[in-house]
Parts: sequence; C-alpha cells; structure tokens
Amino acid sequence: MSWFKRSKENISPDSIKRELPDGQWVKCVSCSEIIHKSQFEINNWVCTKCDHHSRIGSREYISILFDKNTFREMDKKMKSGDPLKFSDTKNYKDRVETTIKKSGLNDAVKTGTGRIDGKRVAFACMDFKFIGGSMGAVVGEKIARAIDKAYTSKIPMIIISQSGGARMMEGAFSLMQMAKTSARLARLADNNIPYISILTDPTTGGTTASYAMLGDVIIAEPNALIGFAGPRVIKETIGKDLPEGFQRSEFLLEHGFIDLIIPRKELKEKLGSVLEYVSNDLN
Amino acid sequence: MVNNILEFEKPVAELEKKIEEMRKFGDSYDIADEINKLEEKVIKLKHNIYDNLTRWQRVQLARHPARPYTLDYIQMICTDFVELHGDRLYKDDKAIVGGFAKIDNQKVMIIGHQKGRDTKSNLYRNFGMPNPEGYRKALRLMKLAEKFNIPVVTLLDTPGAFPGLEAEENGQAEAIARNLLEMSRLKVPIIVTIIGEGASGGALGIGVGDRILMLQNTWYSVISPESCSSILWRSWDYKEQAAESLKLTANDLLEQKIIDRIVPEPLGGAHKDPLYMAETLKKILKEELNKLIKIRPERLVKTRLEKFGSMGVYEE
Ligand SMILES: [Zn+2]
Repeated sequence: MSWFKRSKENISPDSIKRELPDGQWVKCVSCSEIIHKSQFEINNWVCTKCDHHSRIGSREYISILFDKNTFREMDKKMKSGDPLKFSDTKNYKDRVETTIKKSGLNDAVKTGTGRIDGKRVAFACMDFKFIGGSMGAVVGEKIARAIDKAYTSKIPMIIISQSGGARMMEGAFSLMQMAKTSARLARLADNNIPYISILTDPTTGGTTASYAMLGDVIIAEPNALIGFAGPRVIKETIGKDLPEGFQRSEFLLEHGFIDLIIPRKELKEKLGSVLEYVSNDLN
Repeated sequence: MVNNILEFEKPVAELEKKIEEMRKFGDSYDIADEINKLEEKVIKLKHNIYDNLTRWQRVQLARHPARPYTLDYIQMICTDFVELHGDRLYKDDKAIVGGFAKIDNQKVMIIGHQKGRDTKSNLYRNFGMPNPEGYRKALRLMKLAEKFNIPVVTLLDTPGAFPGLEAEENGQAEAIARNLLEMSRLKVPIIVTIIGEGASGGALGIGVGDRILMLQNTWYSVISPESCSSILWRSWDYKEQAAESLKLTANDLLEQKIIDRIVPEPLGGAHKDPLYMAETLKKILKEELNKLIKIRPERLVKTRLEKFGSMGVYEE
C-alpha cells in the first residue's frame, strides 16, 4: 500500500531511464552505463552492460509482445470517480487530473485484445507511473472487463502487474477490487480458460494479494520486487535488516511462488510457447 | 478498567465516579434524588458523546481492549463448538481460529481473527495478525464446510496480515489471493461480520461473502489511519484526518453500499454489555442465515460475483 515511500526510498531503484541533456542518450540507473536511446529501445529497455531491466509502461509492453497493429484497447476513456471526496495534502481529484496530463494515461492499467504469435488474447498491463500503479475502481473494473472478454471469447487472459498495491484514496472501494477481480478469475478458471500472470518491478500489496498471484502460470521479470508487505514495513516490524535478495523474483522462485523468471528479450517467445500448451482447445 | 477509558469518555467516567462516591455516603432521600438527577445526566451525556463520535474516535472504540473477540462471541452465540486446527501444510496459526459450531439448531463453520487480551496472550495470538498458515487454515475449514453443506460465518478483527519475514517467504500474498478466489466460488452461504478492526487485505482474506455486516463501532478500509497518515502526509500526526478522509466507519460503508447491514452496539460500545451485543449479533446472524440457506448454490455464487462486481465508482 505504500507506493509513495517505496518509490522515494529507492527500495527498488526508480528505474525509469534518465535522459541526458541532448535527448539522444540515457544512463542506466543501475550501472551508470551511457546507452544510445535507439539501442536501448532495440534491447527492450534493458541495459546492454548490466542487464538491468528498466521500468517500462503498458505502451512498451504492448510493443514488445503484440503482433504488429493487432492490439485493440478497451475502456480507454474510463476515469476515476472520487467517491470519498478524498483529500490529503492534495485533493485526490486534482492528483488524478495532474497525473492524467503528465502521463498521458487515464489510469494505472491499459486493457484490450490482440494477437501474440497469431494467438488472440485478452490483456491488461499496469502502469507504475500512474499514482504508483495503484489499484482503485478503474483498475479493478477494467481488469474485470478484460477477464470477461477472455471468458466470453474463450481466449487466454494475460495480466502484467506493476503496482504498489490498492489505492488509498478510494478507501474500501479499492480493497473490494481485489475481491472483484479474483471472483472473475474464479469463473475463468471454472471454464478452463487460461490465465497467465506476469510480474514486473514492483508488484506489492493488494495487487499481489489478488490477481497477480492467481495465474495458472506465473512469470516474473528478473530481479523484480514482489511481495505483500513492503520491505520498509517488514524491516520496522522485525527490527532487523532484510536478507540480500529478499522479495526479489529469484527469492520467490526459490520459495515456490512463481513458475519461472524470463528476461524481457525472451518474454514474447516464451509466452508464446506457454500459450501453445494452455490454449490448445480454444480457437 | 480505569486505564481503559478513552480520552473522549472521560467526562462520563468522572460523572460515574461522582455518583459512586455519593452512594457511599449513605442513602438519605436527598442524596437519592441527587443521584437520580446525575444518572439522567450521564445518559444524556453518553448519547451526546457516542452519537456524535468522530471517525477516529470510532476507530479507537473498535480497538478497545475490553471489546469481545471472536472466541468470546463463539462462546456467547454458539453451542457445541469444536475447534479445528492447522493448515495441514505447515502449522497452526493462532491469529485465526475456527471450527464447527451451532447457532441454536443451525450448524455453521465459524472462523475469525483472534486477538489477545494481555501481553502474553497477544504474543500467542500475534495481536490478531495472521500469517499465511492462518489464511490456509481458514480456507481448509471453508472447503470442509462446503463438502458437508454447512454455511460459513466469519468474524473479522485484525490490524492487518502480519508483515514478517516468514510470512513473505511462505506466500502471504498468495494465501490471501487464493482465499479471495475460493471464497468467491464457495457453494455454501458465507456471512461476514466486522467485529472490530477490518484492516485491508488481512481482513478481506476471510471477508468475501454473501452478506457483509459491520458492528456499529468498527472500521473497515484499505489501510489503517496511522499508515495512511505516514504515507500521504509523511507523518504519523494526521491519523484523525486520515480517518476522516478514508470514510471507514460502518455508516460510511453502508452508504458506499459495500456492506449490507449495521449491527447496533450497546451505548458506549460492544464491551459495555457483551451479552446484549452477542444476543443482537446472534439474532441478526440467524435472520440472514435463514434467508441464505434457501438459495441454490449456483444462484448464491452468481449473486456473490455480481455483488463484488458492482463495487467501485468510475466515469466513462
Ligand atoms: Zn546497467
């Protein structure tokens, strides 16, 4: 739930590429390597020197995964209501409007359908840059509808998570999105329609404790922070430093909570082969 | 009990103390009259205070150390309780309790968070903060209930799922997520009641159901006011404002159509008259159970899916 502090405290380095002044070069936040923008993009926004997976958004993932010009977005215009008239140091309404202007996104998830290696899928991808990828009613509802699309069209569901958890400013409504999305996934499962969950840096809180952990197959990018409680909270609770690599993809793999770790450059290909196994009988 | 008096309850406590002292001085007619007057004043004062609580004050009442907890309610509401233990995988989590029980003649599987009352029992119960084993035990009991067509009653009262090292290693997020999915398709009625604190995913982990009830002085939200304050205001000092912003009381949640019904508490809170509280809750649980057991399982599951599907406000 504490996306705010997390991004500030650098628990997972804010890995959005930093542009250098002339706009042609970016610097890796992990190893400081200077990389030409075009090369960075060709390498799927992964550092050519240290393999650091830079945090990217839904637009980039769509470009990586989908066959050219096949992605059709759903519920593009859906925006957050402000049911609690929430206000902290800022009004939630203003926060949302500012974020929409700054990010060019209407909320923290993009959903739609498209083809991956020719196979039609329903898809949702979260965006961390929209209020920490937090899940409020828009995220919950758009994901629920995407799952419904998978259900009615009998096509596999794929969700890429990237989120600090449920959105505080929608109070209990945000919490209930966990139940809403999980219930829809239950119906999908009852009808033997596959759901593949892909976890990227970071996936924490209510997002992890709902759809992110419910995949038939769960894939993670290397070294992504994945957990329920944030590392800062755990550290404060136990009063000890956390072990090296705690709550990283490799840690979850070791403890049996994800199926596999796939580097971004192999994601489309591996996803294609998993899809082939689980979607045999679907169109 | 003296140190259990909350700041806003002090005027009541002072008056009550005064009445008690006067009683000690004897029972002449004059004093009796005086006492009567003061007692009326106390009732008025109580209404004045408890009918106008701020959200933060309700949060404090929800956490009142004298409040009845899950096992207290089970004892007061149920008969023939058979407690069942363990997740059959790893261990028995003491922060979630559950088992077979009867509410009058109705068999139920009753499951709830369990807090402790003193330091020792709080350590034993981990302050009502479950580990994954707790959620997995709860799920095991729910599946058992489903197998024998027994309705499920859950009582929520937790400051949150435990944020510990082992909890993460053992898949806290997976355990909660699994419960949300399985509870949403469980083929027996589920009645959820928030009896104290409903903190976030740790509460929701046993909180998906056909009827969601809240006792009058409880709270349910995505985060505690303190944590919300520390994150959004970057300081622990804005918990009152955070509680106001989060709109987390029973009245708020009824208005948000997230819960179905408020269970009234005795004046001053559930702990002022636990037996009366338990009677009220029992009566309402029975009413709701009687309605739900008549519904066919397929219909139940479909309605449950739609119920949670309708939650949330957005523009398009
Ligand atoms: Zn690098």
